[in-house]
Amino acid sequence: MEEILRILEKNCRTDPSEISELTGLKEKEVRDLISKAEEDKLILSYKAQIDWGKLGDGPVLAIIEVKIAPQRDVGFDAIAMRIARFPEVKSMHLVSGDYDLAAQVEGKNMYDISNFVTNTLSTIDAVQGTSTRFVLKRYKEEGTLIGGDDMAEGRLPVSF
Amino acid sequence: MPESNPNKYSRVSSRVDRIPSSGIRRFFDLIASSDDIISLGVGEPDFITPWNIREAAIYSIERGHTHYTSNSGTVDLRREISKYVNERAGISYDPVTEILVTVGVSEGLDLALRTTTEIGDEILVPQPAFVAYEPIVHMAGGKFVGIDTSMENKFVPAIADLESKVTDRTRAILINNPNNPTGAVISKKVLFELAEFILANDLIVITDEIYDRLIYGDKDAFVHFASIPGMRERTVTLNGFSKSFAMTGWRVGYAVGPEEIIAGMTKLHQYTMMSAPTVAQHAAKEALVNGDSSVNEMLEAYSMRRRLLLNGLNKIGLECIEPEGAFYAFPSIKITGLSSESFAEQLLLEEKVAVVPGNVFGPSGEGFIRCCYAASVADIKEALVRIGRFVGKHKSDPR
Repeated sequence: MEEILRILEKNCRTDPSEISELTGLKEKEVRDLISKAEEDKLILSYKAQIDWGKLGDGPVLAIIEVKIAPQRDVGFDAIAMRIARFPEVKSMHLVSGDYDLAAQVEGKNMYDISNFVTNTLSTIDAVQGTSTRFVLKRYKEEGTLIGGDDMAEGRLPVSF
Repeated sequence: MPESNPNKYSRVSSRVDRIPSSGIRRFFDLIASSDDIISLGVGEPDFITPWNIREAAIYSIERGHTHYTSNSGTVDLRREISKYVNERAGISYDPVTEILVTVGVSEGLDLALRTTTEIGDEILVPQPAFVAYEPIVHMAGGKFVGIDTSMENKFVPAIADLESKVTDRTRAILINNPNNPTGAVISKKVLFELAEFILANDLIVITDEIYDRLIYGDKDAFVHFASIPGMRERTVTLNGFSKSFAMTGWRVGYAVGPEEIIAGMTKLHQYTMMSAPTVAQHAAKEALVNGDSSVNEMLEAYSMRRRLLLNGLNKIGLECIEPEGAFYAFPSIKITGLSSESFAEQLLLEEKVAVVPGNVFGPSGEGFIRCCYAASVADIKEALVRIGRFVGKHKSDPR
């Protein structure tokens, strides 16, 4: 199973017949294992990673540090999920240190993000403070370098 | 004409002149001049050296590590090699007297043979074998004694065949385990039999274990030869970073063995090479200390591609032993009726796929081709389609 997941993690378009050839498992077995992983939410989603910057300005990204007040019984979770559900929030983690949540927020422009922070995020009761850092340049996301691939050039066509 | 210079009208010494130049130069020139080929003809990883290793090299340049190192290699690297060999093979070598950092296994091989071989000594070499073995034995003044192996024997040398070639001039045996080009791994049982044969004939052993990290299936199937009782004191083990850590271009390897032989090798190395490249030695140290997860990641990728290639060759009908190590498959092409060379050349011309004809690895490689699966999945799949088409066409040839 882990072998299949690692193949899909690298390229989620690898089809079951190819996975079957690579792992030695029967194609039906591969399909069943993938279905099971999807049902169990072991596989969360399949999607393309896009370099929108190539089409023009691309979206604006900000990393927002959020300080929140924990609540009885649920700690940070209820408020964290409430924030995470906003579509502007692309990823979010509870972190150690001076603040509690690190949220990656995406908008069409700076105004979009500032609007989200001032009118939505900051107005949530448990949110005690925010600090917004705009992303100036993206170098690597989800393990993929942006515009700086290694090229395996220069390997001789034949060597011993 | 004075005897010392039987060839005085040539500018190349007769010793070098005697080294057979590759008989299939034409084929390799053909490959070099072809565009858009899919190559299963390589003998190196398709991975680029892991970043942490490259970064260690950059750092060493920044720090100004641009001088010679000790002839034997940096003390740091030799200590790490000692630790690494001890952890993996359970044999302990003194970093000061029993380890030499070389410019790849190729240099190690040359040093080991020149150090141990008297003019006219015979060196037993099971074949198919790496192409450099024969010329290097010649250059050391030795006589190359090839021992044929066969697909029926899974390309593992038979003791009886070795025994039949022993004379009073037999000095050493050179083994490559796991093997390039066949991918064969010699079983523990056979290695113990080999050890008995070696003791009985008082031979030196040179073992090239460059593919030792690339073992598929049962990891215990591979045994370091020097770890067999009685073998440490007569075995020089050659290894390096090229294949396991994807570092072919760095040119760094090592030899471990008994002090006497390592001292002799160091003497030659000192006057011919001085020291292995300093930056590469720093990179190699990083590979040993922090390279394990990268090795395992690459191994998993090779393992999948190996399966893909083997199944594909099987479906095409090219018989092939299951290679337990390295990154090569060595299928028989006998069903086509073509020689190794014709097969490789016609496959290149008709389907633009490069493979290495088996006969370059010795006479017992005739009738086989070497296919390397250190290639992308897409390339392997496409190469299989083309090889399948090629074999289909030539199998039905009335010849």
